Amino acid sequence: MRDVAVLGIGLIKWGELWEKSLRTMFAEAALNAIKDAGVDHIDSMYVGCMSSGLFVGQEHLAALCADYLGMGPVPATRVESACASGGVAMKAGYIEVASGMSDIVLVGGVEKMTDVDGSGATSALAGAADVEYEFYNGVTFPGLYAMMARAHMQKYGTTRRQLAAVPVKSHDNGLLNPHAQYQMKITIDQVIGAVKVADPLTILDCSPITDGAAAVILCPLEMAKKISKKPAVKITGIGHATDTIALHQRRDVAWLDAAEKSAKAAYKMAGRKPSDINLCEVHDCFSISEIMAIEALGLVEPGKGGPASEAGETAIGGRIPINTSGGLKSKGHPVGATGVAQICEVTAQLRGEAGQRQVKGARCGMTQNMGGTCASSVVHILEVA
Amino acid sequence: MSTSARYWREIPQRYRLEAGKCKGCGKVWFPPRVICPACGGRVFETVRLAERGKVTTFTVIRTAPREFADEVPYAIGIVELDGGVPIQCQIVDCAPEELAIGMPVRIEFRKVKEEGEPGILCYGYKAVPVR
Repeated sequence: MRDVAVLGIGLIKWGELWEKSLRTMFAEAALNAIKDAGVDHIDSMYVGCMSSGLFVGQEHLAALCADYLGMGPVPATRVESACASGGVAMKAGYIEVASGMSDIVLVGGVEKMTDVDGSGATSALAGAADVEYEFYNGVTFPGLYAMMARAHMQKYGTTRRQLAAVPVKSHDNGLLNPHAQYQMKITIDQVIGAVKVADPLTILDCSPITDGAAAVILCPLEMAKKISKKPAVKITGIGHATDTIALHQRRDVAWLDAAEKSAKAAYKMAGRKPSDINLCEVHDCFSISEIMAIEALGLVEPGKGGPASEAGETAIGGRIPINTSGGLKSKGHPVGATGVAQICEVTAQLRGEAGQRQVKGARCGMTQNMGGTCASSVVHILEVA
Repeated sequence: MSTSARYWREIPQRYRLEAGKCKGCGKVWFPPRVICPACGGRVFETVRLAERGKVTTFTVIRTAPREFADEVPYAIGIVELDGGVPIQCQIVDCAPEELAIGMPVRIEFRKVKEEGEPGILCYGYKAVPVR
């Protein structure tokens, strides 16, 4: 297997982009990545997308994206793993470069979520859970994570204020990210007092509905060192795991087994441990998700995600900065694009290009992207080569 | 929206809580499976789940999918049935303040929703507090 580097990254400003179609968003982000990489062609591409079929009625997305990127006839493959689609597409692109099958591979992620109304989006996203034995009963994704939050509060004593500290920090970071959907400061009292969605979660515990796309260019590390003037960022570890599709069948509803297993695999591949990580982008689709993710990744002790968040340990300048991009909460969560955008953020940080949200001296970063209630989790470790 | 075949196929589970008990290791799976994740067994006996259990976690849904929009607020929980099999269902005939982890419940056959334009009735199981 060859060493693989992230040669280029590309984002667009995320939000409720009524003027932009799925194909337009994808092409813009991909062209930004190609420009950043300084390449004039790609050999192959992957597209992470959860549900273009339900959101805009379009399938056969890989061919559409290659076509509108002006890159036909390159081979193009769509990857679907619910909200982990982008992260799993990254893994597929990595394997294609590492194996020697292709040299320059584009990995994009995209989701166009606002062409349906809120109820339509809720129904499309519900497909990430067990449609027959969870969604049938009227549960929603906030409802599933609310049940995880309740179990976590019962088991570890996590408080409502600790949950609220997570989105407050995410918005502080998102204020510094020009690509973020919601660039505004919020307070703990605003989070707790906001409209309830599924007790104990309010609307400000939940990531938003977002239109967006992100892309990266992967190539062999040796090639990156030759053709790029930017610091080479090597993918040193990847881990990927699954769990029961239905939340109620889990070993422990207050713990993310798949996140833990995917992190352990990535640490092993990279020869790293949690204390080596300088910053991490985790899948904070809800406030409780970030708390449970940092526990499962070993960045805090089990049950200490809430206290660590409240104490500022996860802020920029804290012991382990989490979601410097603003996370899914502030940056937005176009589901298929999220896992790829996490790679963009960590790469920018490792290059020293993150501007006001730069983590000083960052040499080793991690991403964790999950689907459903963590029935899928994929972790990447990136390092300055 | 479900086709009639899709709805009919799940009736043994939704109306009668029929589960698959692995003849190899004795573990009970709901809904039934083709292969036992615990031991790899392929032979199952149909058993009915206990209709009593306790709530292990819960939430109150206040923003609902379209088919449930008229029902808000409503409670949903995970119920561990006697015998150890977990299911997820609505918890009804119960005020939100009464909900608690560990609360004993019994499972009843209820209407779950009306589907699509014709309003086809869909049934299933819900939990009711044992007082």
